Amino acid sequence: MNTLKEWVFSTDHKRIGILYLVGSFAAFGLAGIAALIIRLQQYAPGMDVAQGQAYYNALYFHAAAMILAFLIPGLTGFFGNYMLPIMIGAKDMAFPRLNAFSVWLYLMGVVLALISMAVPDAPDVLWTGYPPYSVRTTANTAFYVFTVHLLGFSSIVGAINIIVTVACMRAPGVGWNQLPMLVWTVLAALVINLIFIPVLGAAVTMLLTDKYMGTHFFDAAAGGDALLYQNLFWFYSHPAVYVIFLPAMGVLFEVISTMGQNPVFNYKAAVYGGVFGVAALSGEVWVHHLYTSGLPDWIRIGMTVTTLLISVPVGIMIISLWGTLYKAALRYNIAMYYAAACLFFVLVGGLTGIPLAVVSMTVHLAKTAYVHAHFHYVMALFSTFAIFSGVYFWFPKMTNRFAETALGKAGFWLSFIGANVTFAPLFVVGVAGMPRRYWDYDQFPTWFASYHHVSTYGAFIMGAGMLLALINFVYCAFAGEKCKSANPWNSNSLEWTHTVSPPGPGNFLHDVSVPAGWSPYQYTAR
Amino acid sequence: MTGNKKIGWVSVLAGLAAFAVPAAVLAADGKIPDPAADWNHLFGHVLLDIIIIGVAFGGWGAYMLVKYRATAPGQVGQGPKLSVAQAIALAVIPAVVFMADDFYLAANGWVLWNTQRTVPAGALEIRMTANQFYWDFDFGNGVTATNEIKVPVGKPVVMRMTSNDVVHSFGIPDFRIKEDAVPGRKTFLWFVAQKPGRYLATCGEYCGMSHAQMGAWIEAVPQADYDAWIKSQQHASAPQPSNS
Repeated sequence: MNTLKEWVFSTDHKRIGILYLVGSFAAFGLAGIAALIIRLQQYAPGMDVAQGQAYYNALYFHAAAMILAFLIPGLTGFFGNYMLPIMIGAKDMAFPRLNAFSVWLYLMGVVLALISMAVPDAPDVLWTGYPPYSVRTTANTAFYVFTVHLLGFSSIVGAINIIVTVACMRAPGVGWNQLPMLVWTVLAALVINLIFIPVLGAAVTMLLTDKYMGTHFFDAAAGGDALLYQNLFWFYSHPAVYVIFLPAMGVLFEVISTMGQNPVFNYKAAVYGGVFGVAALSGEVWVHHLYTSGLPDWIRIGMTVTTLLISVPVGIMIISLWGTLYKAALRYNIAMYYAAACLFFVLVGGLTGIPLAVVSMTVHLAKTAYVHAHFHYVMALFSTFAIFSGVYFWFPKMTNRFAETALGKAGFWLSFIGANVTFAPLFVVGVAGMPRRYWDYDQFPTWFASYHHVSTYGAFIMGAGMLLALINFVYCAFAGEKCKSANPWNSNSLEWTHTVSPPGPGNFLHDVSVPAGWSPYQYTAR
Repeated sequence: MTGNKKIGWVSVLAGLAAFAVPAAVLAADGKIPDPAADWNHLFGHVLLDIIIIGVAFGGWGAYMLVKYRATAPGQVGQGPKLSVAQAIALAVIPAVVFMADDFYLAANGWVLWNTQRTVPAGALEIRMTANQFYWDFDFGNGVTATNEIKVPVGKPVVMRMTSNDVVHSFGIPDFRIKEDAVPGRKTFLWFVAQKPGRYLATCGEYCGMSHAQMGAWIEAVPQADYDAWIKSQQHASAPQPSNS
């Protein structure tokens, strides 16, 4: 009972981080099951696993839970809460009670998302909730709106807290140019969140009043405009892609630099060109989600240019990431396996996005399985593998135990192979015209079904791999091999050098201060 | 030092290779353009562009992942320490190369975009209204059709579209084109069928539980057959009471 009380009422950033992690993985598992239902239905034309409404309930839950309840909270919530304060030498967050508030808002949001699947007429509006459909449907769009509200408030509260923590609570000597990449990337992601989430909040609230209170923001017959919602929605939801992408890059920088015992290559370019550049451009590209919406031609070609230019800051980060491998002394643990897989995913996902940046290419590719495959590579697979990489990497810090088992390796290989088997075929049928969000496709050539067969097999292989990884985490948290030192990977970052594993209340035994010229990426031979 | 130079050269070469893809020639010269063929042509160039970048970075990454494994315990990496000039150069040069590739793609994309958005003179005009879950077509001469239409081969066809209920998206994969049908708005797309045949049009934007079954068939036939079909449709609809 006391243990329960300690967890529920805790304001300790590490416990809150663990709550975020547990909530994220729960959402991940459930949304993963929804994905398998989707894949089974698409296995062949005429399947009867989840037809019509049931299929769209599954799609809604899969996307909303994966993005809003797994990827964003997993990256900014878990890594931002557990690791970030220790990495800058702080004893806790700036506002510990606000922090507890944000995690419970988040967990209630996950619970609400689950309840919305159990009520009659579950939301069927996908995660985008486009009106007029979301207003006209008989399903409970309100559950969608309130889920977004809860998770959005949670993100705003968390963002303020972490931004203030980084600005005001760095240990003496830890300057801006000495911050670990994870801190920079989480910080940038949260600045983006803070600026753009209110827009999403406004959009879904207008949806709510349109549906239940008789307003007409999105009703063309009464002078409103359906496209207003699409603009507002993507004005947040495209930057949300970078809220996921940036911290995932941050995790990779930490893992690859430490496991390669090699400083981050061209650190200042990666921060001031890469991270800042992505954050600055993130709000100027949303129209590429509306390339076929009937917006004026000039804005569609204009945002083609801004979208393509995202490749510049991303390219600078990629060169730093690749450069960090140059002349490294790589040691392979499971975290490094996942990181190496991420390098592959970000290339495939990023480059297949280039045709989608160009409006005249996208008028064919939009809303096909090609888009589906592209963003699963760059957002779903890349970020999920980065989260797994990070959890493996910091596992000894959180539990004082290793998770380096044969089970974990098997989980990695199954996930990696399954991921590619699932999504590579979707590029091919996508270019041939297979639309997204179809639970039946018997009007298409029969060869489409063969590709969907393969994709469904891949999904189950990937699911098995992810399940093994989760089992491995739980098993090793209690029975994994004990660590002999508090710094098994020989890092120079404060969470490894200045604390025991796991860190106790207040994190550090003594107040932290670092000498001039200290860097988290200074490695010394042992 | 030589290591640094090597990195610089590899990044420059990778970028230049991507940029040196031959420019697409998409001029129409007064003939009726064929946007679907132009799309395939440009997609081929873009694929080549991304394959070159992908192979360069993928190969470079895979090589380093294998080559730079630690050989002894406790070893540290020997990555170069960059001078300020090198650090700036290694950010600015790739940025310029990426930007050049971006503008190259944007320019070629723009040429095709102009083709896609300029309806050729004399195009056959069809008004289309989307509904949950079917497509209504109005040829403007008393002929209307639902989900099944005929069009003449080789003649540009422009669809003027709107929706009666929710957002739909009219896409014809074989013609490489798609545009949403939005309530309260008028949108358009145009295409030209080069060969006779039955072409599938699908709904691209999620519109409800039967979204997956909201298809239409466009049958391209020779002009004479098309004229005969229109006549027969007019004849078929003649006995019905007229609205006017």
